[in-house]
Parts: sequence; structure tokens; C-alpha cells
Amino acid sequence: MITFQNITKAYNKNSIALENVSFKINPKEFVSIVGRSGSGKSTIVKLIIAEEKPTNGRIIFDSYEVNKLRFSQLPEYRRHIGTIFQDFRLLSGKTVFENIAFALEVEGRPQKEINEFVPQILNLVGLNDKMQSFPYELSGGEKQRVAIARAMINQPEVIVADEPTGNLDPFNTWEIVKLLMKLNEMGSVVILATHNKEVINTLGHRVITLDAGKVIRDEEHGRFILTN
Amino acid sequence: MFVAFSRIIKYGFQNFLRNGWLSTATIAVIFLALFVLQSLIIFNFVAKTAIATVQNKIDISVYFKSNTAEDEILKLEKSLEGLSEVKKTEYVSREQALTEFQARRKNDSIVIAAIQELGENPLLASLNIKAYNPKEYAAISTYLNNESLSSIIEKVSYAQNQIVIERLISIVDTAKRGGIILTLIITLIAVLVAFNTIRLAIYSNREAISIMRLVGASNNFIRGPYIVEGILYGILAGILSFAIITPLITYIAPHMASFVPEMNLQNYFATNFFRLLSYQLIFGIILSAVSSFVAVHRYLKV
Repeated sequence: MITFQNITKAYNKNSIALENVSFKINPKEFVSIVGRSGSGKSTIVKLIIAEEKPTNGRIIFDSYEVNKLRFSQLPEYRRHIGTIFQDFRLLSGKTVFENIAFALEVEGRPQKEINEFVPQILNLVGLNDKMQSFPYELSGGEKQRVAIARAMINQPEVIVADEPTGNLDPFNTWEIVKLLMKLNEMGSVVILATHNKEVINTLGHRVITLDAGKVIRDEEHGRFILTN
Repeated sequence: MFVAFSRIIKYGFQNFLRNGWLSTATIAVIFLALFVLQSLIIFNFVAKTAIATVQNKIDISVYFKSNTAEDEILKLEKSLEGLSEVKKTEYVSREQALTEFQARRKNDSIVIAAIQELGENPLLASLNIKAYNPKEYAAISTYLNNESLSSIIEKVSYAQNQIVIERLISIVDTAKRGGIILTLIITLIAVLVAFNTIRLAIYSNREAISIMRLVGASNNFIRGPYIVEGILYGILAGILSFAIITPLITYIAPHMASFVPEMNLQNYFATNFFRLLSYQLIFGIILSAVSSFVAVHRYLKV
């Protein structure tokens, strides 16, 4: 599904975010990427969604060679990935409905489908009564559920979540994690970058551990251990 | 394609309405830019009319010796009219000159009596010459000072008026050049101010633009609504500027006419109404749409 081959990413000479990182993520997998702040978790997410290009190495996503995508090919590529961010990144000028509908509109889907799908998804994340609210009227947990709804609306093969629970309380954290698990059960690959120990230890899925830009551990039923 | 297009238009209007304050502030600045440009167009018209009026007042006269035959003068008039510099010539015979002189001084009994005392017409026949360009009077004057003409020509008025004419020429030149430079500078300022305002408005949307990129929106789909918004700014600012300048012209026109009687500002405005209005709209739309395009472009590089 996704393959990182000898990826090195240097933002500049003195700051090497990833060094010779290789791994392979298979279809339907739920993979957590853990590590301290600055260990390179976010860089991996940015490389997957092609927000950054690797300095060296190849990233393969299905038939795409991500590191070679041209700027004009990025929108089409990104529609295969649902992305969830720590800071939610909702469009503040649009309502909840419009934020989610936007992910379908960029694909040119007809209005009829949008009017049908969006309420269904909102129902799934438990926000159908907030359809006409603006992001500033929502709590953090609600915002993140909107972001998840937006990420999953066009049934992407992969959901990438970068510290999705970083700004949330424990209760909301679990709501979000449950949603991610549900998405995984529905067939999407979920890649979760986090430093939340409890979440990782409860999940019992594959864990890739990073330290200073290097993979120090990659275990099928991993736990949250940051040291060698 | 059509679906995307209608969504772009819809979002353009939606952004415009939801960001009411920002839209109002932006329109206000573009309005000022357009208003300044409109004022420049009108100022240029005023200056041009004033300059033309001054130029029209300049002419030179050639006085002929009293024994010169009329057909010789008319021959010279013909050859002068053949010159490309000459716009118009007017022949004033000795008799005409006398009648005009008497008419002008009819209340001055001493002068009238003096002329009657003389018994003969003391005035000379003359040709009034108008050139297209005041700078050409020097050349025309040289032509007239040709030796072959010295037998019939008494004097050419250019010599006495040379300083005045040259001073007028330099005033007219300075006014024209000043007008062009002023127009360029003010246009540049107006364009830059409008551009920067739109840039700031879009700067406040930079986050939204990068989010849209990450969600997989194409550049055109992101850019489109901002350009629609820009077009709306341009149209509304253009209409606003016209709505304010129209009564202003009506108010100013009589005052301008008292400076330069030949100037009919209101008439100029009325006959060019649609041309001026479309200048405003076209300029407003292009200015804001291009500014939006350029401003959004910076934030699309995600």
C-alpha cells in the first residue's frame, strides 16, 4: 500500500528530520507512529500527503511514486488520503456541512450525492445536530470529529492522523480513537502519529517507534516504549 | 465542469457576504483608487480644454505695406495655407481694419476726429495666421521674413510677441508634461494601495487556502471564488465611485465654466457617461481580479 524506501528528509543542513527510514504499510493495517516531539512523526505524515518532498529515497503509494509527483498532480493524489491534524484545520468561513461537503466538491461530485452523504457521515460521528454550525461554535472534540468526517467522506484508502488527540481531553481522545478504529474496520488503512502512551498500549496494533529521525522499533503488536 | 463553475461563483458570493466587514473595507479602498483615477481623467480633460483655449488665443499678424495690391496678399495667403503648419489664415483689408477700429473706438471722439482729420485710411491690411502648434510660429515667421517678401511686408507681429508666445509655449509644455507625470504617479499609488488591500484580505485566508490544498482541491477551484469576490469588489467600487462623482460634477461644472468659459464639463461628462462608467468598471474589475489572482497564488504552494 505505502512503502518508504530509505527516506531521508533534511529541512536544512543542521536539521535532519528523518534518516534512512524504510517501512511498508499493508492494506487494512492500523499503524501507530510514536516518538518524542521532534523525532520525525509529523515529517512522515507530511511526506505521505506530499506536503513535503523527501531529500532522498522513494515513497510509493499504490501506483504513485509520491516523491516524483508534479505540483499539478497533488490535488488528485491527495483525494486518496484523508488527513486529520492536531489543530483540526477546518475552514473557519464554512459551516460543518460545507466543510465536509468541500471534500466531495473538489472531486466534482453532484450536489444530490453531497446532500445524501454528508448527513450520513455526520450521523456516524454524532454531529447531525451541528450541521449548520460554524467551527468557532464547536468544542475541540466536535471540531476533530468534523475533521474526521471530512477525511472519511470520500472513502479514501488511507487515513493519516497527525496527533489527532493532542489538543483533546481523555474523554474526547477515546471518542476519536474509537472512530479511527471504526474506520479501520471499514477497510481503510489508518496511520496514527501520536505520543499518547495509553492510546498506543490499548490499541495493540502495529507500532513504529522513531527516535531522532530513525526507526528504532517496528513491532506487530507494539507498545509505547521510546528507548532502545 | 459546469458544477465546479457554479460552485466557484456560489462560494465567491458566499465569502463576500460572510466577510461583510472585510468586503466593505476592501471596497472602500478600491473605491478610493477608482475615484482618484476618475478625477484624473476629468482633470486631464479640464487641463486639455484650458490649454487648447490658451493656444487658440495665440496668433501672429502680418501687416502689408499700404501700396501692396490685394491679389498679391491673397497669393501669399494661398501659399501660407499650403504650409502644413498653418491651421487658418484670415485676411483683413485696410477698409475692414478701419471699420473694425472705428467700431471699437466709437466712444472715443478724439480718435474718431483724428482719423477724419487725416482724410485717408492710416491702417494697413493684414493677415492673421493661426498655427496648429504654437511652436511653429517661429518657422512661419522665418518664412515671412524671406527677402522676396520684404517688398510687400511692413512687419510681422511675431517679433513683438515672441517672448509672450515662448512663455506660453513653455507653460503649456510644462502643464502637459506635469499632467502625464502626475497621472502616472497617482495611478501607480492607487493601484498599489488597492493591490495591497486585497493582498491583506487574502492574507487572512492563507490558512484556508492551504487547508483546501491539503483536502485535494485543485488550484482553480481554490482561486476561483477569490477572483469572483475580486470582481464583485471591482463592480461595486466602480458603481459607488460613479454614484459619487456624478453629483460632484454637476456641482463643480458651473465653477469651472467661470474659469474657462469654453469648458462644458457637464456636457463632456454626459456625452461620455457610458465610456467613463465602463472605464471605471473594467479598471476596477481587472485591478481587483488580478490582485486576487496574484495574492492567492502565493499561498497555493502547498
